Amino acid sequence: MQKVLHINADKCTGCLQCEMACSYEHYGVYATAKSRIKVFDFHTTGKKVPYTCTQCDEAWCLHACPVEAITVDKGTGAKIVSDATCVGCKVCTIACPFGTINYVAETGKVQKCDLCHDRAEGPACVEACPTAAITYIDANWTGLDRMRQWADKLGNQPSAA
Amino acid sequence: MSWAGKILRVNLTEGTVKSEPLNMDWARAYIGSRGLGTKYLTSEIDPKVDPLSADNKIIWATGPLTGTMASTGGRYTVITKGPLTGAIACSNSGGYWGAELKMAGWDMVIFEGKSPKPVYLYINDDTAELRDAADIWGKSVWETEEHLKKTLQDPLTRVSSIGKAGENQVLFAAVVNDLHRAAGRSGVGAVMGSKNLKAIAVRGTKGVGNIRDPKAFMAETFARKKILHEHPVTGQGLPTFGTQVLMNVINEVGALPTRNHRDVQFEGAKDISAEAMATPRKTDGKKHLVTNQACFGCTIACGRISKIDETHFTVQTKPQYWGASGGLEYEAAWALGAANGVNDLEALQYVNLLCNEEGIDPISFGATVGLVMELYEMGVLTKEQIGVEAPFGSAQALAFLAEETVNGRGFGKEIGTGSKRLAAKYGHPDLSMSSKGQEFPAYDGRAIQGIGLAYATSNRGGCHLRGYTIASEVLGIPVKTEPTATEGKPELVKAFQDATAAFDSAGVCVFTTFAWSLPDLAPQLAAACDEGYTVEEVEKIGERIWNMEREFNNAAGFTKADDSLPKRLKTEAAKSGGSKGAVSHVDEMLPKYYEVRGWDAEGRPTAATRERLGL
Repeated sequence: MQKVLHINADKCTGCLQCEMACSYEHYGVYATAKSRIKVFDFHTTGKKVPYTCTQCDEAWCLHACPVEAITVDKGTGAKIVSDATCVGCKVCTIACPFGTINYVAETGKVQKCDLCHDRAEGPACVEACPTAAITYIDANWTGLDRMRQWADKLGNQPSAA
Repeated sequence: MSWAGKILRVNLTEGTVKSEPLNMDWARAYIGSRGLGTKYLTSEIDPKVDPLSADNKIIWATGPLTGTMASTGGRYTVITKGPLTGAIACSNSGGYWGAELKMAGWDMVIFEGKSPKPVYLYINDDTAELRDAADIWGKSVWETEEHLKKTLQDPLTRVSSIGKAGENQVLFAAVVNDLHRAAGRSGVGAVMGSKNLKAIAVRGTKGVGNIRDPKAFMAETFARKKILHEHPVTGQGLPTFGTQVLMNVINEVGALPTRNHRDVQFEGAKDISAEAMATPRKTDGKKHLVTNQACFGCTIACGRISKIDETHFTVQTKPQYWGASGGLEYEAAWALGAANGVNDLEALQYVNLLCNEEGIDPISFGATVGLVMELYEMGVLTKEQIGVEAPFGSAQALAFLAEETVNGRGFGKEIGTGSKRLAAKYGHPDLSMSSKGQEFPAYDGRAIQGIGLAYATSNRGGCHLRGYTIASEVLGIPVKTEPTATEGKPELVKAFQDATAAFDSAGVCVFTTFAWSLPDLAPQLAAACDEGYTVEEVEKIGERIWNMEREFNNAAGFTKADDSLPKRLKTEAAKSGGSKGAVSHVDEMLPKYYEVRGWDAEGRPTAATRERLGL
């Protein structure tokens, strides 16, 4: 089963534990500035929205890369950047419509979410999130919870008779 | 490890910024943040210094757990000699700023001297420099944050700053970060203003990486996160209702100080409670509360984000206040509401927004307005003097006086000196509801004996956060004690004070202590910093910090006579509720408190105590 990161912004409190977990997993430090998932705080509405790569099937970044540094991880479907191959040309950062692949000046490479593909427990951000605003679920059924809520509302009520 | 190992020393007089290594012996002995910052401050300034003079210093300090995966590990402390009290001032804030400073690679920033012109400090990882603040002097906290993010071309920059109140040296001016998180008490913002220091803007991309045992630390922090999540207070009560969960509870007990502590129950409590914030308004059908919000690394998320009623008289013509923003928390709702007899939730939120926008402490402000209203009702102060009719319960007067105070106008200038000075000036010193010059928070010292003793002996003046015995006396955490009893309270107060000093110094939030105790904190510190941090050691460090603060205050001129409560709380019995008939027995508990502290009859740590604690 292929899984995806599923984000429910209504549950996000803005604690940034996902960002810390991400930076710790990839760099061994707690540094929100190095995180591949970012939480946006829309102050005047009170909304906090985590955002990261959705792992497009036909990934713009992958197709745009002139040196084929971006490949598909067979297990997770994640689009992975090979640091050994990446030349830091940044074309992928222009190609990505969502802004989720970014250049890192310190390494001269680009970085993006790789779903922690080599981590047994799955994505670190999911494990760190205290409110289940970020979950890692069946890619084909991201709507299941919402469907269940509506099914409950429409069909799971006491009948008149 | 887990300390960055580096401090920034900024001489504002000379305009110099220097990096120096952290004193690691002190770091191990005082942990960080409150403890370590206070060690530096008290080692470097004369206790008798005028708080608003160039000779005072002011320190922004993080703890070893700040900026790490430890739940609530985003705290920082501002430490200085306080202008409101003349005692040690040490105000703690959450939000994101503290973690950003740590991730930039600094444990603390020490400011000394006084800048000849307004400046701000810009820290970008290893580089730091003082910059001209002419463009932001005179602006609010909110405008300052926006302006700096724009001119630095970095929306991810975090800012800790003062508004107009700090510039005007309002004696309870706060330092505010991330728009509505504040190092709120004791006037630390006035010290910042007195030094012509407007803001510290920080961008930290390096991160915190030198954890002693990274794997063990992750395991410890995840285990402790689970405890917070599963505890009824930190997992349910605080996320759902915020600290406002207390309003109806404390009112029920008969411990909600009302109308400058004339009463202990407020008939309007339900109108300004958590429940009221979550109920749709009659005017627009919307709830006041929009959502909850966490500070950096926090699993609790007690913060309140609310949206004011746009049709309310305070903001009808001021759309800048219509967006969602911070508030109301319990202490602010109490101080702006019950303390003045005002039950208009929207008016309280408006004033709370002003407090955040221009940087003042809503507790001291609200309590001082309570005093003004009492003096007005007594006929001591008139409408002509105050600028408005100011009976208890007047939302108009509250809003007007808040505007006057934050802008340094009219009678607001007198309110800005705090209740102790104002009460003395108008001939009624007994009516200032304060200890060591700092106004009490939202619990009555008659109804709850332990908290009264905690107020009287708090090193930073009247305060609930130096020893929150309410946890035990009302909520039964960790064990229930009888609020009106005095037996055992000196020991209880001491235990809370020492443990709190350790939590504050680690860089985590004191609200974790509803679910955590020292055996939860020590293993996180041990994994992050130093194996030597056992429960016993951390507890001893907490006591060491408490005694260090005490010795500074003693040297500053405080005596036993300052460890007390106003006459009202000792002689005027509580009029209603479960505490009816009660007065505070603080003076009777004090000798026992000194004894359990290992202090002499005058409240000075004995030689044996100093030696035991390594002072």
